[in-house]
Amino acid sequence: MSDVAVEGLPAQARVAGAMQGFSREIGALSAFRLESCIHCGICADACHYYVATEDPQYTPIWKVEPFKQAYKREASAFAPLFRLFGFKRAVSAEQLEHWQHLLFDSCNLCGRCSLICPMGIDVAALIEQARHAMFDAGLAPKELYDKAAHQRATGQPEASAEPYRDQLIAIGVRFDVRIPLDESDVDVMLCIPRTDIDHYPGAVAALARVMSHLGVSCTFRSDGLIAENYGYYAGGREWQRDISLRLIDTAIACKAKTLIVPECGHAYAALRWEAADLYGKPLPFKVLAVTEFLAQELGAGRLRLGNATTGPTTFQDPCQLSRTGGVTEAPRALMKAMGVDLQEMRNNGSFSYCCGGGGGVVDIERAAPLRYRTMEIKLREIDDTGANTFLTTCSDCRRTFDDAQRHFSWDKSPESLLELVAKNLIDAGAGR
Amino acid sequence: MDLLSFARGPALKVALAVFCAGVVWRIAAFALLRIRRDLNRPRNSLFKYLGAGLYTIGTRSWPHPEFIRRTGAGEALGYSYHMGLFVVVLLFAPHIAFLGSLFGITWPGLPNSVITVIAVISLTLFLAVLFRRVTSPVIRMLSNFDDYFSWFITMLVMVTGLAATAQIGARYSTLVAVHILSVDVLLLWFPFGKLMHAFYIFPSRAINGAILARKGAAS
Ligand code: SF4
Ligand code: SF4
Repeated sequence: MSDVAVEGLPAQARVAGAMQGFSREIGALSAFRLESCIHCGICADACHYYVATEDPQYTPIWKVEPFKQAYKREASAFAPLFRLFGFKRAVSAEQLEHWQHLLFDSCNLCGRCSLICPMGIDVAALIEQARHAMFDAGLAPKELYDKAAHQRATGQPEASAEPYRDQLIAIGVRFDVRIPLDESDVDVMLCIPRTDIDHYPGAVAALARVMSHLGVSCTFRSDGLIAENYGYYAGGREWQRDISLRLIDTAIACKAKTLIVPECGHAYAALRWEAADLYGKPLPFKVLAVTEFLAQELGAGRLRLGNATTGPTTFQDPCQLSRTGGVTEAPRALMKAMGVDLQEMRNNGSFSYCCGGGGGVVDIERAAPLRYRTMEIKLREIDDTGANTFLTTCSDCRRTFDDAQRHFSWDKSPESLLELVAKNLIDAGAGR
Repeated sequence: MDLLSFARGPALKVALAVFCAGVVWRIAAFALLRIRRDLNRPRNSLFKYLGAGLYTIGTRSWPHPEFIRRTGAGEALGYSYHMGLFVVVLLFAPHIAFLGSLFGITWPGLPNSVITVIAVISLTLFLAVLFRRVTSPVIRMLSNFDDYFSWFITMLVMVTGLAATAQIGARYSTLVAVHILSVDVLLLWFPFGKLMHAFYIFPSRAINGAILARKGAAS
């Protein structure tokens, strides 16, 4: 098994420590969620892993079964009875090793299951918490652990051929756009997914172009640049905090009032909905998704957009932006303003299926065969729209679909909504 | 003391005491755990997201359109036997008289024949629920002793109740005593297992719904 051992401790001791930690730290809300489950199995029907395979082990709430077992044994109202009569056994190392497949390889933390439960349980929130204990037990998948460790130490998940600062400058030259870099006293700090720098430089240029067009005082900062957070994926809570802190400290240092998160779903979730808890107090600046920011500018009349000639177009809602993040209307407002002929998928908006790559799954090599199997649902929905153009607002979604394109010889590749906006900018005064 | 006096006398008192203390402890135990404050700025105002939480109590009573095809039938089955149970428990004349003796208020009930039909339908649905639990690979995998015992004890209450109404198998007073004893066992078991969902269901929908709505997310 290609997992990371917490040095010096035998597996069972690590697992026992992690499960005790989980039970100790569980908090009233998660305990209440675990207790509320009536074992109706309905959540299975929301999860693409179950829908695609009909394999019961992919039932969302089953993915936290060992954690429920540990909680009942250690911290529930009748924990002493559970222990005394042996109703709940201690979680074994083998059990947890098997659950690594369920908590990482077959869960995108997409949150679709949280919308189906008749008891209202946010199952995905429980799974995210279970990942923390997996990390503590030394059971984070190696790819996620290594990238998280590298990012925590250096600010980027992997070594790059050229420093990202130089790459940003090169992107500015190539796309003929000014890249504001390492400035202070700005209104807005920008960050960027390293996936965009590596694979989709057009999206980096588009971000800079749109900001410059709007005359926003902003900057990228080479000391706090990368939007992704592999600590979040791996379940390393402290590492997630350290990685977020790099951006938070930089934003404070350059006196930004707003941190704009570009097209990256989980970066938004980590910064908008989790960072303040890890920071220990409310962030002294606003966090906005770039689409959210642009929709605000549109609403205020500062952003004007021309008609885009994309033909029938569909849109992939990134889970962490739309379903769990609340940014569902903003991209649609932008598309409407550009006259995009939007053909929604059967499951769209908050109910959209995950691309299959979220939650770090696209990085886990051994998870690929199952991922391809679940993706077929999504690819079929996209094909069924009859759209020629396929837009999204997340670089991990793009990476996942581009990989699927190669794997399935599929005829579509997602494009960035931000890039489409950048191509259709009109001067605010034009045509008045 | 005969069996009936025991069942509705000391046995019921003990059962009610365990029920009340157990339920209170089960809920109070959450308060002993950490309650985290969410420090991330909400998207919606407090008023709006608390309202959305309350709204979720209603909306989560039925699947969102996206899910109906897969889950509508199962949910309909679950809700219908629950409704049947409520009608029988609350609108059967002898139950009203019994509850009246405990709480001092009464209300009009339904004719016995109607109640009997509803009880038989509920019992049949309840058998279907068990059938589903053992034949659906997902539900079977999730099920444990609690699920089966809670089903069994509820079934026992229904069967003994119907037997008493139909006066089958023994003297009426014995049948009523056995029925009340089965209710006593149900009350004793209640705080230890999944029957607690009766207290959790609405707060759970409301709290989770409000937390999602705080972010502006769908619930
Ligand atoms: S979060 Fe998504 S992938 Fe994970 S269990 Fe729920 S529905 Fe399945
Ligand atoms: S749908 Fe909710 S109550 Fe039913 S099994 Fe899943 S988590 Fe439990």
